[in-house]
Amino acid sequence: MIAKLIWRNLWRNSRRTLITMASIAFAVLFAILMKSFQDGVFNNLIKNVVGYYTGYVQIHQKGYWEEQVLDNSFTNNTALSNVIKQNPQIKNAIPRLETFVLASKGNTTKGCLLVGTDTEKENELTHLKSKLKSGNYFQNKDNEVLVAEGLSSRLNLNVSDTIVLFGQGYHGIMAAGKYRIKGILSLASPAMNNSFVYLPLKATQSFLSAENQLTSISLGIDNPKNMDVIVKNMRKKMGEDYEIMSWQKMMPEIANHIKADGYSFYVFSGILYLIIGFGLFGTLLMMTTERKYEFGMLLAIGMKKSKLATILLGETIMITFLGILFGIVLSLPLVIYLNQKPVKLTGEIAKTYEQFGFEAIFPTTVDSAIFINQSLIVLIIAMFIGMYPLWHVSNLNPIKAMKK
Amino acid sequence: MKETVIDAHNLSKIYDEKTIPVYALNNVHLHIQRGEFTAIKGPSGSGKTTLLNMIGGLDNPSGGFVEINDTNITALKGNRLIDFRLNNIGFVFQSYNLIPVLTAKENIEFIMLLQNRPKEEREKRVAELLKQIGMEDKVDKRPVELSGGQQQRVAVARALAPKPQFILADEPTANLDSIAAENLLDVMLKLNKEENITFVFSTHDQRVINRARRVITLEDGKIVADTAPTKIEHLLYEK
Repeated sequence: MIAKLIWRNLWRNSRRTLITMASIAFAVLFAILMKSFQDGVFNNLIKNVVGYYTGYVQIHQKGYWEEQVLDNSFTNNTALSNVIKQNPQIKNAIPRLETFVLASKGNTTKGCLLVGTDTEKENELTHLKSKLKSGNYFQNKDNEVLVAEGLSSRLNLNVSDTIVLFGQGYHGIMAAGKYRIKGILSLASPAMNNSFVYLPLKATQSFLSAENQLTSISLGIDNPKNMDVIVKNMRKKMGEDYEIMSWQKMMPEIANHIKADGYSFYVFSGILYLIIGFGLFGTLLMMTTERKYEFGMLLAIGMKKSKLATILLGETIMITFLGILFGIVLSLPLVIYLNQKPVKLTGEIAKTYEQFGFEAIFPTTVDSAIFINQSLIVLIIAMFIGMYPLWHVSNLNPIKAMKK
Repeated sequence: MKETVIDAHNLSKIYDEKTIPVYALNNVHLHIQRGEFTAIKGPSGSGKTTLLNMIGGLDNPSGGFVEINDTNITALKGNRLIDFRLNNIGFVFQSYNLIPVLTAKENIEFIMLLQNRPKEEREKRVAELLKQIGMEDKVDKRPVELSGGQQQRVAVARALAPKPQFILADEPTANLDSIAAENLLDVMLKLNKEENITFVFSTHDQRVINRARRVITLEDGKIVADTAPTKIEHLLYEK
């Protein structure tokens, strides 16, 4: 009977109940959409950034990140490889040897970043092959380079031309060599596009007289959510000689941007929740005021205040629950659709995004946690507001309530 | 020997005690026996409703106390008082007595649910009461679908459902037309005669007063008369 009473009370003023439910449903819809978009865009941004070069996690010799010189490189050893291999959450490990050198052709010279890498593994993580503009992708056994487009045009280089690299090798040994250009790469980031030269790892180690030395190992992982655990485990297993850095530590400006934008979400959703709160409060205030006589009568005939409070709380929860349910039903297909077919930017804005190495798309994330969290927040707000009728009933005097 | 159901001792209710005291009730003594059909009359502000509220345990007296079947209800507080009211006193108010979202049957059954009575007993009692008030055909009607008189009859049935010691009715015919008022009185008198149900009600309505077996007159919070209508009056109004 109590459940029947709750249900029927909801529909005493069906229009008001429907409007309240709709306001809750739309608030849940907007909150879910907003959070799904935010997470989707950030996940995509992170995927772009880490997938372009750094990876989610990097292993360095301790002190390398502060002073990025070859003398802070480390020896690629079996123990290290085993630690990486034994972690099932690590999907890719790209060994690299990176240093700044001078690149020249004829009378033109330019500073560049030489990246010695495992060609196959590099392609697995950063899809380097897909960035080839001309020429062919290099192999591990090759002694040929891939040059970024900006650098190649500056030095007027084409495929099959020869580039001269000159710099300081391991322990200050002079390094000099000439390499045939196997391909020209088009890299989205202007900084990378103007300065990157890729050479197979073995050839790089030979060029820099740094046999078996590495400056970093970039890691691709199974799920970005596991990153912190992976970093923690690696630190524990690899000891003090290495620094294990997450992409947030390596690119704090992007991490801070995401963090700052997260705060703006809290502000917007806070405003949204405030609107829901006031809407719901208005409804409960009306429901409570117009039924004051009835409450008085129920208390007079022998209903306990606790039972009356249960009915009122039940009404609040029911109206909120239905509103949330409608909100989820409305948002779920929309979030899935926008995940499958993300909003695509076009024109100049898209070009600007792509210039910085980001896909010009705004996808949503389909994550049950978003639906659950947003629903719970709205439910908690409703429970909090639902305290008002309970407070009202606890102070209700049947005689005063029944006075007209 | 007659059994005293309601025993009010030196009941007083004083408002604005700190400034100029206003006596809503002034040292009222009242004894109601089982099976009485008592009307409390008096002008507006004489203390009729206040007296009913005291007897019903809805209001606390400033002085004195009320005993119902030897239980001092003035001393009861909180849930004990609510439980006592639920199990011992039936209420019929002037209007808006029923829960609007429940049918006539559910309204009567509701109060027995509060008593945690088993389903079979509830259903049997509801059927019995609906028959007694002559509304078997309105079982599934909601209050809005019933006339004022029918609503009051359902309210009487609801008040009777928990088998209380007595029924308190505050101006039960005030919002009814004469036919509906007569019908309601017929039902109440029938229950009084056949089931020995005790009724105490406040009223302005002369027809109700004339059909009461005992009439208590209140003025300025005091009982100024406690009489029975004359035999001739009874013969005129009794059916």
